[in-house]
Amino acid sequence: MSESEIKRDGSRWTLDRKSLELDVRRALEMPSRRLFNRRILTLGGLTMLTGCTLQDDASVNTFLEQVSRMNDRVQAWLFSGARLAPTYTEADITRPFPFNAYYGIDDVPHVDASTYRLVLSGRVTGKRVWTLDELYALPHEEQITRHICVEGWSAIGRWGGTPFGAFLARAGADTHAKYVGFKCADDYYESIDMPTALHPQTLLAFDYDGRRLPPEFGFPMKLRMPTKLGYKNPKHIMEIFVTDTYPGGYWVDQGYNWFGGS
Amino acid sequence: MQTVPATRRATATPPARPIHPPWVRVSHWLNALAAILMVLSGWRIYDASPIYPPFAFPHGITLGGWLGGALQWHFAAMWLLVGNGLFYLTMSIATGRLARKMLPVTPASVWRDVRAALRGRLAHDDLSVYNAVQRAAYLIAIVDLIVLVLSGLTIWKSVQFPLLRELFGGYDNARVVHFWAMSLLVAFVVVHVAMALLVPRSLLAMLRGR
Repeated sequence: MSESEIKRDGSRWTLDRKSLELDVRRALEMPSRRLFNRRILTLGGLTMLTGCTLQDDASVNTFLEQVSRMNDRVQAWLFSGARLAPTYTEADITRPFPFNAYYGIDDVPHVDASTYRLVLSGRVTGKRVWTLDELYALPHEEQITRHICVEGWSAIGRWGGTPFGAFLARAGADTHAKYVGFKCADDYYESIDMPTALHPQTLLAFDYDGRRLPPEFGFPMKLRMPTKLGYKNPKHIMEIFVTDTYPGGYWVDQGYNWFGGS
Repeated sequence: MQTVPATRRATATPPARPIHPPWVRVSHWLNALAAILMVLSGWRIYDASPIYPPFAFPHGITLGGWLGGALQWHFAAMWLLVGNGLFYLTMSIATGRLARKMLPVTPASVWRDVRAALRGRLAHDDLSVYNAVQRAAYLIAIVDLIVLVLSGLTIWKSVQFPLLRELFGGYDNARVVHFWAMSLLVAFVVVHVAMALLVPRSLLAMLRGR
């Protein structure tokens, strides 16, 4: 029955018809709604299995990003500045140690040692410009640790350099700031949490396996952190900045987890 | 619509006690969802650096689109897997269901029921009682999931969990354990789904409880 017919019949019927309609609809809809829900479930299950639509969906990506930020906080909570990464012997070193970057080995930047200056910026009150000779004169430590790549492979290497926490303190960095950021000669950029920056095994590395860091491993210096995945360890560092503003990172901005700890 | 007289409604036999209470069904399907997400994204992560090259999973059947996306899925679905898994284990132990349904199970009884199953003589009259093969398979699946979570934790946080790292023989070995535990889980799922399709009443029971 059409709307106009109801009106023609007179308003006194309208109410009854409406309530009747409601009852009938309810009776009809309940099973169909349940059936519909069941179909939705199956459809959802299928979408999950193929993963085609889901992984392109903006809201799903937003959700996954939020979980990744939550995982940053969980990892910061799990992290202990006193817990050391395992160390190994000379015999355990992976030879040859693999080269890895977001570009090929032919595109490795060659930094001129004589004109190089390390720049410190942000919440730093002390010396802001460092020559390589000044950096080489700092207290020296060696470590043989496992480098773990986000891809899953790992390799054991030997790095030498100066403990980063002590260097930050010497440069008058505000060690209560949230982040330490890095700008690199290969246009890479990265940032880490302050507790990891102050971890005893975090090394501003100038040497690899007893000699100066070769270009492919990050000359003139890389930040070596055995408590973080490979992509968190920036090479060819040109500038270090201390900040409370989240700086992100080259891979992190594309979806890798920011904390990236191991 | 056919009407049922009130008297007949009242005298109709009350529904029997469900084979699977609602919490079992909910956690079963949440676990299935979590396991599918973990496995499919895990395959994509494996592909970034295969343990057994040249073996790799076809990208088309993986989840995440690329390594970064797969990692996001993996480290999101893990909360569902672990949270739901803890809920299931707590409820199973607290209600006594785990002991009631899964025990006792002996190698002899498993062997007996395996032979019966292969000869097509394993009855499924009473779905509320698991045969010895089922008991063993479900217990193995539970233990395997625990191994998967712990080896996964070791891969994720090898520095922060030194005891787990030692238990699994180091970072690299934890990856191998994780891979084979995944393979066992996938094998379980294949057999489990095949059996559910062979005995459709068991699938219905896990959906509506009876």
